[in-house]
Amino acid sequence: MKYVVWGMVVLLLIIHQNWFWDDKTLVFGFFPIGLLYHAGISLLAATTWYLATLFAWPIEEEEQKILEQEGA
Amino acid sequence: MTLAALDLFGDQRISFTIIVCYLGLLLLLGLGSSRLFRGTSKDFMLASHSIGPFMLLMSIFGTTMTAFALVGSTGEAFKEGIGVYGMMASSSGIIHSLCFFLLGIKLWKLGHKYGYKTQIQYFRDRLESDKIGVILFPVLVGLVIPYLLTGVMASGTVIQNTTTGTFPSIFPSENPRLDGAIPKELASLAICGVVLVYVFFGGMRGTAWANTFQTIVFMVLGVVTFMVISDKLGGVVAASEAVLEHHPEKLARSEMSKVQFFTYLFIPLSVGMFPHLFQHWLTARSAATFKLPVVAHPLFIMIVWVPCVLLGVWASSIMTADGPMFTDKTPANAVLALMVNKMTSPMLTGLLTAGILAAIMSSLDSQFLCVGTIFTEDMVLHYRGRENITDKQEIWLARSFIVGIVAVTYVLALLLDGTRIFALAVWCFSGFSSLFPLIFASLYWKRLTKAGAYACVIAAAGSWLYLFAQSGFASNPEYTLILPLGGEEYEMMPVVGMIGCSTIAMIVVSLITKAPSGETLKRFFPTKASAR
Repeated sequence: MKYVVWGMVVLLLIIHQNWFWDDKTLVFGFFPIGLLYHAGISLLAATTWYLATLFAWPIEEEEQKILEQEGA
Repeated sequence: MTLAALDLFGDQRISFTIIVCYLGLLLLLGLGSSRLFRGTSKDFMLASHSIGPFMLLMSIFGTTMTAFALVGSTGEAFKEGIGVYGMMASSSGIIHSLCFFLLGIKLWKLGHKYGYKTQIQYFRDRLESDKIGVILFPVLVGLVIPYLLTGVMASGTVIQNTTTGTFPSIFPSENPRLDGAIPKELASLAICGVVLVYVFFGGMRGTAWANTFQTIVFMVLGVVTFMVISDKLGGVVAASEAVLEHHPEKLARSEMSKVQFFTYLFIPLSVGMFPHLFQHWLTARSAATFKLPVVAHPLFIMIVWVPCVLLGVWASSIMTADGPMFTDKTPANAVLALMVNKMTSPMLTGLLTAGILAAIMSSLDSQFLCVGTIFTEDMVLHYRGRENITDKQEIWLARSFIVGIVAVTYVLALLLDGTRIFALAVWCFSGFSSLFPLIFASLYWKRLTKAGAYACVIAAAGSWLYLFAQSGFASNPEYTLILPLGGEEYEMMPVVGMIGCSTIAMIVVSLITKAPSGETLKRFFPTKASAR
């Protein structure tokens, strides 16, 4: 699952970089589609990072030990 | 003169009154939070590692978002169109959280384990080099100073522009735009004074409380400004349709170089090496505290930037009886303030100014505290010997350095008045980005050596100075690197050249020099079994 999450991060960077490049459509009559697309990427980034905190957390026993040492 | 005679709530002075009330409220909050100060140097510099998820999110977000998030985003969108959101905001949402995740949590762990307060303390241990501080110290402080100047100078300009006509008898001027306005020298001094008071008394804890309050202020006021102005424009649909009619190119990214769009991704890497952010990371109560900032940071960027980008794009097509409200000659960074001035009440102008000042001050405070901490920890304590200085003396040393750095920054702001400060800020961010390979390799590459780290810092500083000179010392804001490839020429941000130089130098020199000792590798790369 950890590798799936990091795959999603790479995918996120790829889709961040030509769709809607020259498209001037206004979604809902006011939202430029290129801006909506990138706002969607922000939402997708938050979702991806949420999954990363669940499945790819980089540090629990070790953390507990550090906090106990500090408490002592 | 009575208060009534001053007419502080009349149209002419309401903005000034709101700014003064806001600064007063901030002082009260800062002084109030200083009552929670525990009297130790660890509490002064790191809030005793006690900051929870919400305050960590607000302090990190407030610190990374400067006035540029409100003023610059609107101005850039006015000039370049909606593409600036993808180029600067959604990219930061991905990269900033990536840095918190990959670097922040690991550095928090090492900081807790070995008692670090600054980056240099960590690098001295990891690289087995006492002298790395001598080379990193001037580079880090040298890059933070222009960042500080951005805030101090911008705050003076913002207050001066907002208070035109407030006190014509006290501050008369031939220039009608400045007649009666609070002079920016005085305004910057007031801002420095307010920040100094709450950082001096409250340390990191006061800073975290003030940042939390200020981040809420600038986020809420940004959204309120958007709602009021969109209503004045006849609603969001009418505002966007006017752009489609007059400036359709602002609704797409077709004017933007794709390679430049890509290379902008490297600028947010600067957060990995910001010394003030390193200090904020260490304030976290536990590693789990990072979860909320990692997830919410991209959302917060979206909440601040989307309304500002839309306002900037709409500004390009606002029509009045005399023609367009703004032209190509309108200074981009003045667009938001002018829109608010021309289209809303003086009260909202005052509130938005408070929001912009909140964004500026929530970055200034962390940087002042951080430079004071670096001077105290990495210079005085390191070279005089920790055993020769008591904890109380350490706090007063840090406070003295903070007063000193505020004074130096203020004087520099007076001397450099008129410099293209926003252009300078991009160069300062690029400088921090060029050191990103060093912090990343120190955490993930066992083979990084002391000599490799020196080569990295020297290559980063050398390439930065060379390219900075090539750009006419930031006088050419459009300066880019040209890469000729296959008969085509590609425009890239200078930061790519800097990161390329520092990475290659670091890898090559590390590979041809002696690897770090087994002792160091055991400390910084423990195996699963030894960690337990």
